[in-house]
Amino acid sequence: MSFLADAATMFGRAPRRPTSFSEEAEILHGRKRRAHVTKLLEDARARPPRTTWRNRRWAVLIGVNLLFTISFWLDIQIVEGSLTASRFLGFHLADVYSSLLVILAQRHVAVNLVIGSVTVMILWAVVGGRAYCSWVCPYHLVAELAEKLHLRLAERGIVQDHVFHRGVRTVLWFGFAALALVTASTLFLTLNPIGILSRAVVYGASLALLWVGFLLLFEVVYSRRAWCRYICPIGLTYGVIGAGAPVKVVYHLERCAHEGDCRKVCEVPHVLELTIKGRAEDAEVDIGPDCTRCGMCVDICPTDSLKYEIKGLRDLL
Amino acid sequence: MADVDAQANAPRPKPRRRRRRRRLSRQQEQRRRLLRAGLVTAGLLILQPLAFVPIVRSWRTRLRPPGALEEKEFLAACIKCGQCVQVCPVQAIVLADMNEGLGTGVPFIEARKQACDFSCDALSCILACPTGALSHDLTAKEEVEAGLARLVRPERCLARKGEAFRGAARGSGFRGRLRYAEVDRWNPIPVSEHPYDREPCDLCVLECPIGEDAIALVPFQGADGVAAFTPEVRDACVGCGVCEMICPPDPPVIEIEPRVGPPPRLRAGEA
Repeated sequence: MSFLADAATMFGRAPRRPTSFSEEAEILHGRKRRAHVTKLLEDARARPPRTTWRNRRWAVLIGVNLLFTISFWLDIQIVEGSLTASRFLGFHLADVYSSLLVILAQRHVAVNLVIGSVTVMILWAVVGGRAYCSWVCPYHLVAELAEKLHLRLAERGIVQDHVFHRGVRTVLWFGFAALALVTASTLFLTLNPIGILSRAVVYGASLALLWVGFLLLFEVVYSRRAWCRYICPIGLTYGVIGAGAPVKVVYHLERCAHEGDCRKVCEVPHVLELTIKGRAEDAEVDIGPDCTRCGMCVDICPTDSLKYEIKGLRDLL
Repeated sequence: MADVDAQANAPRPKPRRRRRRRRLSRQQEQRRRLLRAGLVTAGLLILQPLAFVPIVRSWRTRLRPPGALEEKEFLAACIKCGQCVQVCPVQAIVLADMNEGLGTGVPFIEARKQACDFSCDALSCILACPTGALSHDLTAKEEVEAGLARLVRPERCLARKGEAFRGAARGSGFRGRLRYAEVDRWNPIPVSEHPYDREPCDLCVLECPIGEDAIALVPFQGADGVAAFTPEVRDACVGCGVCEMICPPDPPVIEIEPRVGPPPRLRAGEA
C-alpha cells in the first residue's frame, strides 16, 4: 500500500493522510502535547546548525564532475565522455532516459547503450535513484545556489514562489519520449541542462550555457527549483529506478517536534509531509522514492529524527 | 499664495499601501498550479521543435567524423557525450553549439583548422561511439565517406600556376597537427613546424592519407598555354580534409564538400 502510494506521490498526486496507524505510532502521536514538543525543541535548539552532509555531497558532486575533466585533460582515461554517456575504466555507462530517447528516435537498439543503461540502472537501484540528482548532477549544484538567492529575495518580498502541479513532470516524461519517436530526433537532449553543463565542464563553455542561465533565472524570480521539481524527466527516471533502493532517509516519529524545518529546505517537500503532526503511520517511516537523498533534512533536523539508513544492513550485522 | 501652490504641487507622500496578496482559496490555488503546469508543458513542447530550424534552413552542412550515418539519422543517434572528441589523437573533432539546433553537442570536423589525418590508425572515434552514430560497420579508413574534396578556387592553385612551394604550409600561429611518417611514425607534430620544399607545389597529394587513388597531380595546360599540373580528386577520396588543411593559399584552393544524404556507395563492392 505504502509503496504504491509513494509511487503515486512521485508521479504527481498530492500526499494523503494515512487511514490507519500502527499501535506504536498512535501512542507516540498521543504523547505529542504542546509542552512535550516545546521541551523537545528547546533541548535541540542549543545545538549549532550542521552542514555535514551538504559538504560531503558537494565534495562528491564536484569530484565526480571534475574527474571527467581531469581524465580528459590529463588523458588518463578514467572516465571518458560526459554524463549522457561515458566509459568508466572501459565499461560503458549511459544515462537511462537519454538512451531511451536515442533508441526511440533512431528506432534501433544499440547494444552498447543497453549495456551502459543497465549498468547505470543497477548502480542507482542500489544507491537510491535520485541520489544521482543531488550527488552527481551538475545542474543540481547551480540550482541549489540559485535557490539560496531565491529564498533570500523571497524573504524580502521581492519574489514569490509559484507552485506547479507536480503531475507535469510525468506528462513531460511521456511528452519528450513521444516527441522523440514522432520526430525521429532527440529534441529533449538539445535543451537538457545536465548534458549542456556536463559538456561545458569537460569540453569548455558554449552558447548553450545561456539556456541554463535562463532556467536559473526562471527559478530565482518565478518558481523555486522548477526544473528539478516539475520538469526533469531524467530525475523522474532515476526516481523510478531507485524506488526499492536500500539506501534511504528514514523518519523517526518519537523525537520529532513537528516544527517543519525539514520541509523548508527540501527540494521535494511532498516526500516529507509525513513529518506533519499526526501524519506518520508508523514509528519509523522510509521517505518515498522521489527523495534525492541530499541530506539537507538530515542536517537541519533539530531532533535527529531524520537519518540515513541502509535497509537490511541492521539485520545483516 | 505662491506658498500654497508650492505646497499643493509638492509630491505628497503616497499613502503606504501594503502589498497585499489576495488570499486564494484552496481551489483557486489548485487551479493555478494546474494552469502553470499546462503552460510550462506547452512552452517546452513548442520550444523544442525550434531546434529543427537550422536543419530545415540548412544553415550549415558540417563535415562529420568518419563513419557518420546519414545526417538526419546521425543527429538522431548521437547521444552527445563527446567520447569521439576524447579519443582523437589530433583533436580534429569538436562539438557543435546550441545555434545548430538539433546539432547541439553533436561532433563535427573543421578541416581547415584540424583535419582527420587518421593518426589513430584504428578509427578510434568509431570504436568510442556508444550508439553507433558513427557506424561500426567501417573497419578501414578507405571505407570512410565523410565528403569529397573539390577545387573551389583553382585560380589560386600554385601547381596550376607552375609555382613551387617552400616553407611551412600554414602560418606560425597555426595550431593544426599532422602525422609525418618520416618524422615520427607515432606522434603528430604541428604543421607549422614542418617546412616543405616542393616544385611544383603538391602538398595536397603528398599528404593525402589515402594516396593517389584519391588525389593525384596530372599534367594540365594553363590559361596562357604554360604546361603545368593540377590536382585531380578521384573516386577513393574519403573527405578527411587533410588537403584542405595543408593547402598553402588562404583561403584554400581545395575544400571538402561534406556528404549530404545517404552514403553513395559501399567501397567494398567496387572493383
